[in-house]
Amino acid sequence: MKHKFPRRDFLAASASACALAACPLRGWMRSARAVEALPEAEIHLHPALHWEKQPGRRVKCTLCPRECLVDDLERGYCGVRENRGGDYFTLVYGRPCTLHLDPVEKKPMFHFLPGTAIFSLATVGCNVNCKFCQNWQISQVRPEQEKSWDAPPEKIVELARQQQAPSLAHTYTEPVVFYEYAKEIGREAHKHNLKNVVISNGYIQEKPLLEWLPFLDAVKIDLKAFTERFYQDLVNGELQPVLDTLKRLVRAGMWTEIVYLVIPTHNDGEAEIREMSRWVAGELGPEVPVHFTRFHPQYMMKALPPTPVDTLTAARDLARAAGLHYVYVGNVPGHPGEHTYCPGCQTLLIRRSGFRVEFAGFSDGKCARCGRKIPGIWS
Amino acid sequence: MDRRRFFASALGGAAALAAVRCSHTGPATTRDPRVTLVRDPAAVSAGQADPGRTGALLERLIREHFNSADPVAVFRSLFSPRDRVGIKINGLSGRRLSTHVELARAVADLLVQAGVPAQNILIWDRMNADLRSAGYTLRPWGEAVACAGCDALGYGGDLVVHRSIGSLFSRAVTDLCTAQINLPVLKDHGIVGVTLGMKNFFGAIHNPNKYHPDRGDPYVADLYSHPDIGGKVRLTIVDALEIQPEGGPPYQPRWCRDFGGLMASTDPVALDRLGWKLIEEQRFAEGLPTLAEAGREPTYIRTAAALGLGENDMSRIVFHEA
Ligand code: SF4
Repeated sequence: MKHKFPRRDFLAASASACALAACPLRGWMRSARAVEALPEAEIHLHPALHWEKQPGRRVKCTLCPRECLVDDLERGYCGVRENRGGDYFTLVYGRPCTLHLDPVEKKPMFHFLPGTAIFSLATVGCNVNCKFCQNWQISQVRPEQEKSWDAPPEKIVELARQQQAPSLAHTYTEPVVFYEYAKEIGREAHKHNLKNVVISNGYIQEKPLLEWLPFLDAVKIDLKAFTERFYQDLVNGELQPVLDTLKRLVRAGMWTEIVYLVIPTHNDGEAEIREMSRWVAGELGPEVPVHFTRFHPQYMMKALPPTPVDTLTAARDLARAAGLHYVYVGNVPGHPGEHTYCPGCQTLLIRRSGFRVEFAGFSDGKCARCGRKIPGIWS
Repeated sequence: MDRRRFFASALGGAAALAAVRCSHTGPATTRDPRVTLVRDPAAVSAGQADPGRTGALLERLIREHFNSADPVAVFRSLFSPRDRVGIKINGLSGRRLSTHVELARAVADLLVQAGVPAQNILIWDRMNADLRSAGYTLRPWGEAVACAGCDALGYGGDLVVHRSIGSLFSRAVTDLCTAQINLPVLKDHGIVGVTLGMKNFFGAIHNPNKYHPDRGDPYVADLYSHPDIGGKVRLTIVDALEIQPEGGPPYQPRWCRDFGGLMASTDPVALDRLGWKLIEEQRFAEGLPTLAEAGREPTYIRTAAALGLGENDMSRIVFHEA
């Protein structure tokens, strides 16, 4: 079976996504008119979920582990949730700042409808501040600093259906901070048999996560390192809540993949990679895919070189030695670590190069040679 | 401190002006740890400033702080006619607890009298909406006197990475203005302890929400240490017409009091330290715990001193209350 989208279209769509300009779906001409017709959005308030009133018109946000205490007329750390007179609101409900049609491999998700397009959106805002953020121009700004559109959940699903995309992704920034919007899009998507995916840092509290799960089909978590120190110094967050989220997702039966961006000298030590891989194998199981992706100098970390390919290859070897079955190398087109192999008989199942996908010895979710069932969402 | 000791320990008239002049090339703050407070209880009533008395109080403040009979001459020594001067107000808390329009106007008047063209003066804060709600009338850059938020003025295109800060800086502090007068208010802050002079420049960056953790320490100090921020501030005047020792930063009628004061310094650390002391005294009078006991001691002030931005040691700060 061949990939369903011509490579030319994938590359164009991905180029527009990388630019993160306020020009949606440039590379996908069929949709351009529909999206450009969206009205520009004013800041507006939508009641937020998961917060508690405090004395003196103060509120405590309980959506993510940061638990911001927010005074009247102030915003939380993510910059998109505001206290007005002792009530709490999200400023980004129905206000996407970017909409694109991406190959699902770009997320990356390799065990989820490979070779298909995924309708992808984001609002501004993030609940951490990674010094290596690729999308800081939208993740680290406030709603009034970036152009956005007025697109309620129904409109998003309608656009995805116009594109004939079988799934939607909440991505680019941090979907946790546009939780209310993402959740309603998920509800709407399921009504129309579209799958709903979240690409997240996993920095969310248990209750909102569990309430979100019924509207999700797959989750990709960026596990940014395996030390609290890294999370403290380079992420402005904490590791443990992310590990807790991963355990909750897997326990709930949610299809989950992990991306680990390998940053030279910061999280690329053998011991750390080995420890992380053992933890995944032991706590989540060996079938959870792990992608080691290549770092490129960005944002506040421009002085570092890109990750050497050998480092990524070594990380993959360590993870496989720790017992993980599906370990990938990302952002290195042509690397053998892009392909999916059968862990039983080592047959090449899915061949990838960049966003090009070719099904080799794989059909009906099984290895064509030995019949082993390969975990994932394949249809 | 009494007046005699103040003058004994201060540099004295001409020397003081000379010290201030150094600030043209960077913060003069470490060299002159003097803070002056003047008060006129009749300058404010229920938060409403009297324009005439506020202007007179400002002139008295400048005379007292610089030991000069002529406030215009002081401003002339601080600013040249070629300067483009930003007046950074704090407009986050509506009309009742923002920098009073009457004070900003009086400062602009003094600048004009000192020879700075009115179209070279910009009253600014984070957002147009904040300025409007604080009672200011918006006027675009280039008009006399301009008044605009950073959302209208725009941010520099390049990310500024400086110590712990990674932000876009408002054009108000990068290319539009060559000098700043900082006009914060005197109030408590529910996260960082107090919000006074140095913290006021959180309004100059696009992502202030990222820099409140750990009580703003070291972020407040790190931001202020940037040459485009602290390096351009030639004078800080705290609008202490009101004081709010608890419940800030929003206006809380339960805690806001008329104070009728203005406070000045060219040392931002000494000024914040003194402002913190006044907040603590007011907290004590109201039966409130200290900020340290409340878990929000403004340690960023100490950090700023460690960076060499000014004087934090109360025994070395020269306080003059007139
Ligand atoms: S979601 Fe935003 S406001 Fe809520 S706790 Fe997290 S960072 Fe703070």
